[in-house]
Amino acid sequence: MAAFGSFALLIALALAAYNLLAGALALRLLATGQPARISPERLADTARRAGIAGFVAISMAAFALVWSVFTNDFSITYIMEHSNRALPGAYKFSALWSGQEGSLLLWAWLLGIYSFVLRLTHKTDVTLYAYAGTIMAGIQVFFLAVLCFAAPPFALMTGQIPDDGNGLNPLLQYPEMVIHPPMLYLGYVGFSVPFAFALGALMMRYPGEKWIKVTRVWTMVTWLFLTAGIFLGMHWAYAVLGWGGYWGWDPVENASFMPWLTGTAFLHSVMMQEKKGMMKSWNVWLIFSTFLLTLLGTLLTRAGLVSSVHAFAQSSIGTWFVAFMCIVLAVCIFTYILQHSHLKSEHHLESLVSRESSFLFNNLVLLTACFVILWGTLFPILSEYVVGNKVTMGAPWYNRVAIPIGLFLLFLTGVGPLLPWRSASLKSIKRNFILPVIALWVTVLVCLAAGDLPWKDGAFDYGNFFALVAFSLSAAVTTAILSEFLRGAGVISRQTGRNLLSATWLLTRRNTRRYGGYIIHIGVVIVVIGLAGSAFNRNVESEMALHDKLTIGPYTLECTGATQDSNDNYNSDFAVLDVSKNGKSQFQMTPEKRTYLASGQPQTMVAIHSTPEWDLYVVYEGTNPDTGRPIIKAFLNPLVGWIWAGLAVLVWGTLIALVPSLTPSTAALRVPAKSAPIEPALKGGIL
Amino acid sequence: MKPSTVWMKALQAGALAVAVFISVGASDAGSRYNDLNHKLMCTCGCAEILGECNHVGCTSSTAELSELRAAINAGQTDQEIFAAFQAKYGAVVLAAPTTKGFDLVAWIAPFAVFAAALLGTVLLVRRWASLSIGKTQAALADPANEDPAERERREKIRRETGIDGGF
Repeated sequence: MAAFGSFALLIALALAAYNLLAGALALRLLATGQPARISPERLADTARRAGIAGFVAISMAAFALVWSVFTNDFSITYIMEHSNRALPGAYKFSALWSGQEGSLLLWAWLLGIYSFVLRLTHKTDVTLYAYAGTIMAGIQVFFLAVLCFAAPPFALMTGQIPDDGNGLNPLLQYPEMVIHPPMLYLGYVGFSVPFAFALGALMMRYPGEKWIKVTRVWTMVTWLFLTAGIFLGMHWAYAVLGWGGYWGWDPVENASFMPWLTGTAFLHSVMMQEKKGMMKSWNVWLIFSTFLLTLLGTLLTRAGLVSSVHAFAQSSIGTWFVAFMCIVLAVCIFTYILQHSHLKSEHHLESLVSRESSFLFNNLVLLTACFVILWGTLFPILSEYVVGNKVTMGAPWYNRVAIPIGLFLLFLTGVGPLLPWRSASLKSIKRNFILPVIALWVTVLVCLAAGDLPWKDGAFDYGNFFALVAFSLSAAVTTAILSEFLRGAGVISRQTGRNLLSATWLLTRRNTRRYGGYIIHIGVVIVVIGLAGSAFNRNVESEMALHDKLTIGPYTLECTGATQDSNDNYNSDFAVLDVSKNGKSQFQMTPEKRTYLASGQPQTMVAIHSTPEWDLYVVYEGTNPDTGRPIIKAFLNPLVGWIWAGLAVLVWGTLIALVPSLTPSTAALRVPAKSAPIEPALKGGIL
Repeated sequence: MKPSTVWMKALQAGALAVAVFISVGASDAGSRYNDLNHKLMCTCGCAEILGECNHVGCTSSTAELSELRAAINAGQTDQEIFAAFQAKYGAVVLAAPTTKGFDLVAWIAPFAVFAAALLGTVLLVRRWASLSIGKTQAALADPANEDPAERERREKIRRETGIDGGF
């Protein structure tokens, strides 16, 4: 199977190289009109077909690796290092991305899937898709070359083949690890598609903004995958790492967050290009940057440039990535210099206080946030280079620098939708802002009355202060968004006689992009509320003998047993804790500590009881070697559940935004027969 | 009373209420232990904040936490504690860079970049706005550019919906 896999990868590389060269030649012939023995159209079609065949070849290679994992083929070094016989089936799939070589193969395979779909839908615009397909082939050549020559997943063991493997990293033996990395990779790899379209459209001086409409769905789906991947990663960190938090500003986390920020900026600013023909150069560079950041993130975590608590797949492929990034950057700059005259804006902003302006500031803040994270990630290297002294850029630095920027972004989330396009009058500002401002101040007072004071123990408390600002802004933003819904729904309700709920649904269906976007913003607000809750986290640690009690908040934990269990994969120690709330018995928790047999590595399995108010989070830290008693650490983490609920709302909003809006004809079908005809503005509200 | 005066009074009252609540919240200096152990790193290589290192029997965090408690009990200031830790474990023991020397760049750069970008954006928008006003005035001066039907349609929609725009 190793030979089959290696051979499949080589064939895939050859096909991708043909796709790149033949595609580029065909496009060159088409652009210059030079005569050739074979027609450029036919040549381009052979390139496209080679791309499709290449996808089949990569799929075979991926299948070969998965097959090798399931058949325990320890003659392959990768399988020996990342799997073992007792590993449960679901985690054998995880082995595909648990190491350097496997994760690169997954990357190449996902890129193959995206390219395959792109090539199947080429009739949408044959020339533009030919450019995009050729650029995708270029990216594919890079990954396949790395797989064939620098990080081969089918490398064979030398010497005697062991009976069993080293096993999967215990940190990865968790259900979310089966879906988190593929989600994240779908997000990373997916940004190749809008990148390819943007570069292709620029190369061919594509007329109009159609390429943005073509790539909108690609970009949103990609963004959704990346968002879901990041949140699943947060939940994994929360449930597995056992330190009570979900985001530690680790370089691996930062690497996924940076392209998310620029991708989010792109999703906002393309609206300016679609509606007003503005910010064309900006958008092109935003998507170039997003793609480059996905590569940079991989470089940072794989090349060992920065240390990370969960870099599972480090190796020395950094040089390959640096070279590829330089090539990509050079191609982008060269194409831009050659074709930038094609990107002239058709309009300019008319006022500092307008919807367009809010988009611009939104972009500014998102990019500043991206810079801050990049700066924080790279500063230790810079400091070591400049003064020979490596420093730590931990959570205190990020919290102090990034949170104010995030709060400013939240503020813009509320302000933007309230501003009209072109320019806003003072009257409209007063009318639209009065309710959100009232909500903001009422929330400030309520929070202060409830004890969220920016002073603690006589000193200014940044955590409490930021939480106060976050709650207040969240209230204002929610009010702003809901008032937008109610205003539009009120008009529809008056026009059609529907109740307000039904009118709100129809309003959303008529402009899914706008109102889906608002729902996404509500999701962001819910997430922010959840994040702000971390200012009030508390914890307590205790060694617990039988029937010892530990109290945190309203909960009392009583140790009713400490026992052991084992299976083929691991041995586990766990404590049995009866939990009562305000004196009444509620439920039982069993925090666990596992020791994996193959690797000998320990791993905590946290017990979490989640409510909308807070999470009771209990860690079995181990046993005191002197007394033999279990050591239990309990956390009370307020509002954590809101973060995961916010993700659900965010996904829901994105799915709504992906659904096409009702066209005037279908909208008319949904209006009750006796109602009056609807004004055009109600079909979307675009003025 | 003018509406603007009412707004100003309401704003002042709100600000005053906030100030009162904040003052009420000020309290005595308490334990610094938890705050300080969140400003230091565990040096065992786990890359975790000292107060959050959850490795049972971790010799590094146990020793560091003991040293921290001893330093607090000895009445050392925060700066003295940080300096002692830095001298013993190196600069990486601090969870964030100091505000001295080259470390200061780590703090200043993000805000400097943000301020510069903000200023640049404001100037750019103002410049664009002045260009657009010039263009609009020129367009309005030309009767051929006027479309009464379109203007009437817009006005009607504005009157009936109160919606100023959309995505």
